[in-house]
Amino acid sequence: MATLQLKQITKSFDDTHVIKGIDLEVNDKEFVVFVGPSGCGKSTLMRMIAGLESATSGDILIDGQRMNDVAPADRGLAMVFQSYALYPHMTVEDNMGFSMRLAKVPKEQRRQKVLEAAKILQLEPLLDRKPKALSGGQRQRVAIGRAIVRNPSIFLFDEPLSNLDAALRVQMRIELARLHEELDATMIYVTHDQIEAMTMADKIVVLQDGVVEQMGSPMELYHHPRNRFVAGFIGSPKMNFLDVELDEASPEGVRIRLPGGDACTVPVDGRDLAADARLELGIRPEHLQLDDQGPLSGEIQVLERLGGQTSLYVQMGELMVTIMADGDVAHRVHDRVRFGFEPVRAHLFDSDAMALPSLHQHPLAGLTRQDHRQATESSGL
Amino acid sequence: MTTSRNKPDEAAALSLTDQEAMATGNRPPSWLASAGTKKFGITVLGWTVALLIFFPIFWMVLTGFKTEAAAIADPSLIFSPTLESYQAVHDRTGYARFAINSVVVAFGSTLLALLIAIPSAYSMAFLPTKRTKGTLLWMLSTKMLPPVGVLVPIYLLFRDVGLLDTRTGLIIVYTLMNLPIVVWMLYTFFKDMPKDILEAGRMDGASTFQEVFFLLLPLTLPGIASTGLLSVILSWNEAFWSLNLTSSNAAPLTAYIASFSSPEGLFWAKLSAASTMAIAPILVFGWLTQKQMVRGLTFGAVK
Repeated sequence: MATLQLKQITKSFDDTHVIKGIDLEVNDKEFVVFVGPSGCGKSTLMRMIAGLESATSGDILIDGQRMNDVAPADRGLAMVFQSYALYPHMTVEDNMGFSMRLAKVPKEQRRQKVLEAAKILQLEPLLDRKPKALSGGQRQRVAIGRAIVRNPSIFLFDEPLSNLDAALRVQMRIELARLHEELDATMIYVTHDQIEAMTMADKIVVLQDGVVEQMGSPMELYHHPRNRFVAGFIGSPKMNFLDVELDEASPEGVRIRLPGGDACTVPVDGRDLAADARLELGIRPEHLQLDDQGPLSGEIQVLERLGGQTSLYVQMGELMVTIMADGDVAHRVHDRVRFGFEPVRAHLFDSDAMALPSLHQHPLAGLTRQDHRQATESSGL
Repeated sequence: MTTSRNKPDEAAALSLTDQEAMATGNRPPSWLASAGTKKFGITVLGWTVALLIFFPIFWMVLTGFKTEAAAIADPSLIFSPTLESYQAVHDRTGYARFAINSVVVAFGSTLLALLIAIPSAYSMAFLPTKRTKGTLLWMLSTKMLPPVGVLVPIYLLFRDVGLLDTRTGLIIVYTLMNLPIVVWMLYTFFKDMPKDILEAGRMDGASTFQEVFFLLLPLTLPGIASTGLLSVILSWNEAFWSLNLTSSNAAPLTAYIASFSSPEGLFWAKLSAASTMAIAPILVFGWLTQKQMVRGLTFGAVK
């Protein structure tokens, strides 16, 4: 059992408010990802949970107990640092066993636990090496091993993959997800990479300027972003935003006038909109479809062919719109294309950049990796 | 963290060498710009400086092997070497007693200085406040004060508490004398240590003392060693305080040398022999540890 609760946590350095009152609940065995642009406070938040930074105000509770004044090592946490922070003068074995050496665990027992962790991470042949004789991926695994050995109730990962090359990052991502399942532990993970967040998280916490913009399952954030920031941050390539005019709000949705002059009804709740409200339409590149009858049109500026998919960068007046299309589209640069979208896929943002609530909940919006696991468990496995 | 901070410097350094390469590569080789001449010039300059520094020591060693008559005669490299002066020096005083004082005082003060400086440099490097930089500069500024300015107060203080002519007294003065440099050097070495490693230690359950003992000290050992060596050398060579605060019991080798210059007039050969014997240990020590010294002094620079 390991849960974490943050209650109105704030952090200020002199006059700079880095964290501005965050409430958060992390459930047992959950994989929670803090994501946001650099400087949003996600690392500071994690360091406060770890105890490396003190909270200016608010409470940090682990398993219901207030931990604000408890030393980092006594919180039952283990942290994996971005720089790995291995002890360069110690062998892999000593690195992993350092916490037990400090706790005066007998040598035999120490070796036993290190070997166990090394086995999980396939580090056995490397135990006598020093960190400088290891590759980046191996160092990363040693850092994780050092955390496993401590048998923590919660694992903290501070951008652990950002120093690895792209191929290794994908591999480590899978390995971490596997580890989460194998260790059955609660994990908190900080990253600026939304792909890592989407692929690994049960729950994503999107942070900006020390405030939680939204938290929820990856699919919820993808299909029902709460505001323009989350909509633009989650998903790759980035969501397209177009200025549109409000036509009429009705119980079926909000009718808008698109840049080309065509009308379209987006199924969102627009009851509170003023008649002259300024609206912005958000539509993801993968939800735009090339369509000769489509209401939107523009000139292709750049084509990126990935084989299975093609990204089209289309100039629409002042605006550049990205379209993810099929790999086999025959268009060329400077062709004029028409395109459209299913209204149910579109998002509308009001003048405060808040999303108008969707009238239809996406069927997968509540899905997490945990659900998947529970489903397999209850099906008799 | 350190690497990212160093990157712009590296880039700058790189572009600088590029410019140099372009400058030397594109222009017709004049005698100034050609790489060969440049190297030759630097070599000559290096040797000149080295010889200038070494010459007095060389001359002193040479004079030590001369007779008193030859020592004050016209300078000459050709003479019949004799151990006369060494014999005389040996007969007159117990070299060993002074040497032991020097060793005790130099190493004692270095140890004490490190013991005080390591915790203070730790706190300045890892828990800095707004005033840390100012404190460091102020500490260094005390080195600019002429020691004679505080001679009388310190002399009176030492007389009143009975520290005159004691090794303890000398150790205290040398420690205070070297502390600013020792703290400053350790501070720069500690600054180069990635903070993450200490934090990882804290997460692993290390107390502040364990953090310093198991992580900081082993990882900055080259720096600490070179700081210690420098402090030993500075203490060994110090003469002002030792001459003024000691007479016989605690007198180190510097006082020993000085004792040859006064009572019966100047005897250059004996003085030189005594000096040679006084500097020999530290010369050998320095020679043995020079690799460590250079490595420590350039510790942060080459990372």
